[in-house]
Amino acid sequence: MANLSPLPASREFDLARDSLRDLNLYLHRHAVGEGISRIEVRNPAGAHSVACGLDAQLDVQIHGHVGYYAAGMNKHASVTVHGNAGPGAAENMMSGRVHVKGFASTAAGASAHGGLLIIEGDASLRCGISLKGGDIVVGGSVGSFSAFMAQAGRMVICGDAEDALGDSLYEAVIYVRGKVRSLGADARVEPMAAADRAAVKQLLSLAGLAYDPAEFKRIASAKSLYHWHADADQEY
Amino acid sequence: MCGIVGLLVKNEALRPQLGALMVPMLVGMTERGPDSAGLAVYTAPVSARHHKLSLYSGENAVDWPELLASVAARFGHAHEISTHGNHAVLTTAADPGMLAGWLGVSAPTIAVLSVGRSIDLYKDVGAPADIAERYAFGALQGSHLVGHTRMATESAVTPAHAHPFTAGRDFCLVHNGSLSNPHLVRKRLEPLGIEFETDNDTEAACRFFEWRLREGDDLKTAVERGFSELDGFYTFLMGTDRELLIVRDAFACKPAVIAETDEYVAIASEFRSLAHLPHISHATLFEPKPEEIYSWRI
Repeated sequence: MANLSPLPASREFDLARDSLRDLNLYLHRHAVGEGISRIEVRNPAGAHSVACGLDAQLDVQIHGHVGYYAAGMNKHASVTVHGNAGPGAAENMMSGRVHVKGFASTAAGASAHGGLLIIEGDASLRCGISLKGGDIVVGGSVGSFSAFMAQAGRMVICGDAEDALGDSLYEAVIYVRGKVRSLGADARVEPMAAADRAAVKQLLSLAGLAYDPAEFKRIASAKSLYHWHADADQEY
Repeated sequence: MCGIVGLLVKNEALRPQLGALMVPMLVGMTERGPDSAGLAVYTAPVSARHHKLSLYSGENAVDWPELLASVAARFGHAHEISTHGNHAVLTTAADPGMLAGWLGVSAPTIAVLSVGRSIDLYKDVGAPADIAERYAFGALQGSHLVGHTRMATESAVTPAHAHPFTAGRDFCLVHNGSLSNPHLVRKRLEPLGIEFETDNDTEAACRFFEWRLREGDDLKTAVERGFSELDGFYTFLMGTDRELLIVRDAFACKPAVIAETDEYVAIASEFRSLAHLPHISHATLFEPKPEEIYSWRI
């Protein structure tokens, strides 16, 4: 029997040497065909669009800080950033999992349709803006205008929230453990039902965070903006 | 879009390397600002009797020794000049306001970029790497600096519209963003005798803060006043001879990352301009929060 050495299951890209274009091309077109499921990325050095637009069940481990739009438009893949992420991390994610071990800049998870975004540190302003069905778990606190106009999906915030949380929410639901500096227009605190506690428990478990779901409060839309009031505040 | 960079070395032993540490930061912001770049560097101050003027002649050839002779003939004081092509730093014992006024009449092709005891200012149009090479930024020494790469959105691409902007002495400001009420600010300042050199929105902020400093505010108080007076979006990075300060507006649309170690504090629009710095993996990294003022003193 021929002495076949097994194909390596993982491959490494070093962005100090390899181009970002080569990395993303490999992730899009070649990894699956070569039977590679785990890709290690070294020295991202704040590069933009690292592991963007993935469409396969890959496990991408990025060792360092990334710039704008890391793992944007992700589908199926699991992308872990062992560092901080710049603006728009996992924006427009469709499915899969993006895990930022450090902090995330503005608009993390913006308009994500599905999948799970985990941010272990803080998230900056506008986290989950226009969320469309994805789940976001933030281990730290979130900046102002988070979940602005979020339409569907869930957001779990283990720390505090700054101003205007959940402004103009649609059907998305926010769970916050800490203090909320201010709620946005039409957002209100609602009682936690058993289903809410179960949802928080499940999301915390997926994120590997050990908080008690009973510590969270539910914030959802009061739905007073669902219908246009021509005489609202007599301002129009 | 624009890129900002700032660097303050806490360890005096690093002052000779200030420029060398900064050049990759500035070049790293080329995609954010490919059309112009500029830099203010704060050196050891000249004596209390002297001032420095950074001069720039653009595309006009200048015979700097001849200019120095004319200055000496007119003002009679000892002067020194150090030149780099179309740029010169003139050290003078004359009143710097009088000298600048005389230059405006006698050498109108020469722009006075800055006046002070510590500040040297460079700005020009072109790619940041070319400008860094043109003026040998890598050899600059000093305690702190404020730099900018520009992608023009609100006004023309000219050296005068490039950042940093200066007003008064030893004060400069760079801006990523755009202001929506610069004309109102200007209308308020001009009756006070404050003159503007361009139609640039950033100049309005620069002159507003410098006016407040002259009125007795410290820089932090001036910036706090700016929260209600300046409308628009901004990350401002400012320098004085003693201080480096950064602030973002309430909506924090324009990015900034700060890396701080025991040796230095480095600021850039994005981490990719900080990635090369020594011991960056041990630096404390954070983004300045909206309407929170961060400053460091030498």
